[in-house]
Amino acid sequence: MNGLRDNISDTLVLTKRSFLRIPRAPDLLLSFTVQPIMFVLLFVYVFGGAIVTPGYAYVDFLMPGIIVQTMAFGGFVTALGLAEDLKKGLVDRFRSLPMSRSAVLSGRTLADVGTNLISLAIMIAVGLLAGFSFDASATHVAAGIGLMLLFGYAFSWVFAFIGLSSSSPEASQSIGFILIFPLTFVSSAFVPVDSMPTALQAFANVNPITTTVDALRALFLDAPAGNAIWGAVAWSLGIAAAFATLSVARYKRAVTR
Amino acid sequence: MAGDAAIEASGLRKSYGDVRALDGIDLRAATGTVLGLLGPNGAGKTTAVRILTTLLRPDGGSARVAGFDVEREAAALRRRIGLAGQYAAVDENLTGAENLEMVGRLYHLPRGEPRRRAAELLERFDLADAADRLVRTYSGGMRRRLDLAAALVARPPILFLDEPTAGLDPRSRINLWETIEGRVAAGTTVLLTTQYLDEADRLADRIAVIDRGRMIAEGSSDELKDQVGGERLDVTLEDRTQVDAAAAALEPLASERPAIVLDGALRVPVSRRQGVIAEAVRRLDEAGVGIADVAMHRPTLDDVFLTLTGRAAEQSDGEEGDAEEEG
Ligand SMILES: Nc1ncnc2c1ncn2[C@@H]1O[C@H](COP(=O)(O)OP(=O)(O)OP(=O)(O)O)[C@@H](O)[C@H]1O
Ligand SMILES: [Mg+2]
Repeated sequence: MNGLRDNISDTLVLTKRSFLRIPRAPDLLLSFTVQPIMFVLLFVYVFGGAIVTPGYAYVDFLMPGIIVQTMAFGGFVTALGLAEDLKKGLVDRFRSLPMSRSAVLSGRTLADVGTNLISLAIMIAVGLLAGFSFDASATHVAAGIGLMLLFGYAFSWVFAFIGLSSSSPEASQSIGFILIFPLTFVSSAFVPVDSMPTALQAFANVNPITTTVDALRALFLDAPAGNAIWGAVAWSLGIAAAFATLSVARYKRAVTR
Repeated sequence: MAGDAAIEASGLRKSYGDVRALDGIDLRAATGTVLGLLGPNGAGKTTAVRILTTLLRPDGGSARVAGFDVEREAAALRRRIGLAGQYAAVDENLTGAENLEMVGRLYHLPRGEPRRRAAELLERFDLADAADRLVRTYSGGMRRRLDLAAALVARPPILFLDEPTAGLDPRSRINLWETIEGRVAAGTTVLLTTQYLDEADRLADRIAVIDRGRMIAEGSSDELKDQVGGERLDVTLEDRTQVDAAAAALEPLASERPAIVLDGALRVPVSRRQGVIAEAVRRLDEAGVGIADVAMHRPTLDDVFLTLTGRAAEQSDGEEGDAEEEG
C-alpha cells in the first residue's frame, strides 16, 4: 500500500532529522548521558542509607525506580522539539507538504526510543558499578528492557501532546516537569508505598508508574509480579494510543505562534 | 488547461476573535500567471496564503487550488503546491543541503532526486558554499533564500510566496525575481504577497490590493497605476498664490487626470517621464512662476491607498473609505 509505505518513509526521514540533531546540540546529549548517571549516583549515595526497603538492598530497590523515572522523562526532547518547530514555523512547512499527518510526531517519538536505549544502557552500567545486581534470567532482563522502551515511547506521546499544547519551548519543559514529577514521586519508585500517608497511598496504588516500577522489579529482581507486568504493558499501550490520537488531532490544527 | 484558474477563491472569510482578518475575498489566478497580493501590514495577506495552502480553515467562502478544494481535498492539493511562508521555516540544526533533501524526501521525489535538486537549488540561490554548514550559522537573508529554495524542491505547479523578498539584499532580490520568472515561463502559477508596488509591477500579471481583509482593487499593474494616477510631477512653489498660473502653465504636460494641490505643492499626473522636468521648468519660467522644488514621483503603495481609499495606508480609522473599485 502506497500510503503506508509513504508514512513509514516520512517517519524515518524525520527520525533521522532528530538523530542528526543530537551531536550538534551537545548540551542535549548531556541529558541522555550525564543526567542518568547523576540520578543513579545521587539517589544511591544520598538517600541510600536513609530509606528502609524491606527485603532488598536499597540500590536494588532503587534502580528500577530510577530507570522508570528516566524513561518517563526521556520524551521531553519531543515536547521541546515540537514546541520549537511550532515557534520557528517548521510545522507550517511540514503541514503544507504532501506528507503523512502523523510523521512529524512519530518521527520524534521513534527517535526518543533510540535515546532512551542509550540512557538505559548507561544507567544499568552505572547501577552495576554501584552495587546493583540482577536476580533474573536473561529473558526477563530483556523483557524488562523491552517494557522500558515501550513505556518511554508511551510517555513520548504524552510529551508530544504537551509540546503541541504549550505556548513556548520553555513552557513545554516546565509543564512536563510539573506533570511528571508528582507521578514518579508518588509511586513505588523510590520508597515503599506503605510508608506514605494514606491519601498518597491511594494515589500511588492506581498510579501507572507504580504498576510499571513493580513490573520492572518483578522482571529484574524476581519480585512477586501479581498483575503488574501485563498491567504495565496495558498502561503503556493505552497511554500511547490515547496521546497519539490526541496529538495527531492537535497537530492537524496546529498554528504557528 | 490554459486559461483555467489554478487558484480560485470566493468569499473567503476568517476572523480571529473580533478581528476580521479576511472579510470576503475573491481571488483568481489563471494557470501560468502571477497573482500579486498587495497590502499593508495586517491586511490579511498571510491569512489568505495560509487558507490557500491548507494550513488554516476559512470561516466562510470556498477556494480551489489546482482544481482541489482546500478543505475537502487538502491532501491532493498539497502535492501540487510549494510554500515559502513569511518567516523562513528551516531546521537550524541541519545543514542547508540536509534541509532541502529532507523536503525532497517528504515530497516523495524519486530516489536520488532530492539530493540532485538540493545541489541544483543551493547553486541557484547562491548557497553552494554554505551547503554543508549548519543553518544556525546562516544570516537572515541566507535562511530566507534556503526557505525559498525549499518551496521549489519538487517543482510544484503552484507556488505561494509570502513576502518573498523581505529581508533580501538587492542582488538576491533580483536573483529571486529571475528565478520566479523562470518558473513562470515553465508554466508555474505563482501567488505572491508583497508590500512593494515595484515588485508586483515587475512580476505580477494581475494584482489584488487588499486592506483590512477586503479587496479594494484588482487589475493589471497598468490598470492599477491608471487608477492611482501613474507618474506624477510634484512642484513646490515659491509663492503659493501663483498656484493657478502654475497649473495653467503645466496643463499641456498633464495626463487626463486633474492636478491637485496638497500642502502648497502642485501634484500633476503625467503620462510620460522623459523630459518632463526640463519642460516643466521652462514653462513655469516662461509663465513667471517661481519654483522652490520640482521632482518626479513614481506611484507607491501609499498612493494606491490614498487614491483608492481616500486615506493613507498606515493611517488608522477615521472615516471608512468608500471609493472601492472592484475590478
Ligand atoms: N493567529 C492570530 N491570532 C489573532 N489575530 C491574528 C492572527 N493572525 C493574524 N491575525 C490578525 O489578522 C489580521 C491579518 O493578519 P495577516 O497576518 O493576514 O496580515 P498580513 O497582510 O500578512 O500582514 P503583514 O504585512 O504584517 O504580514 C491582522 O489584524 C492580525 O492581527
Ligand atoms: Mg503577512
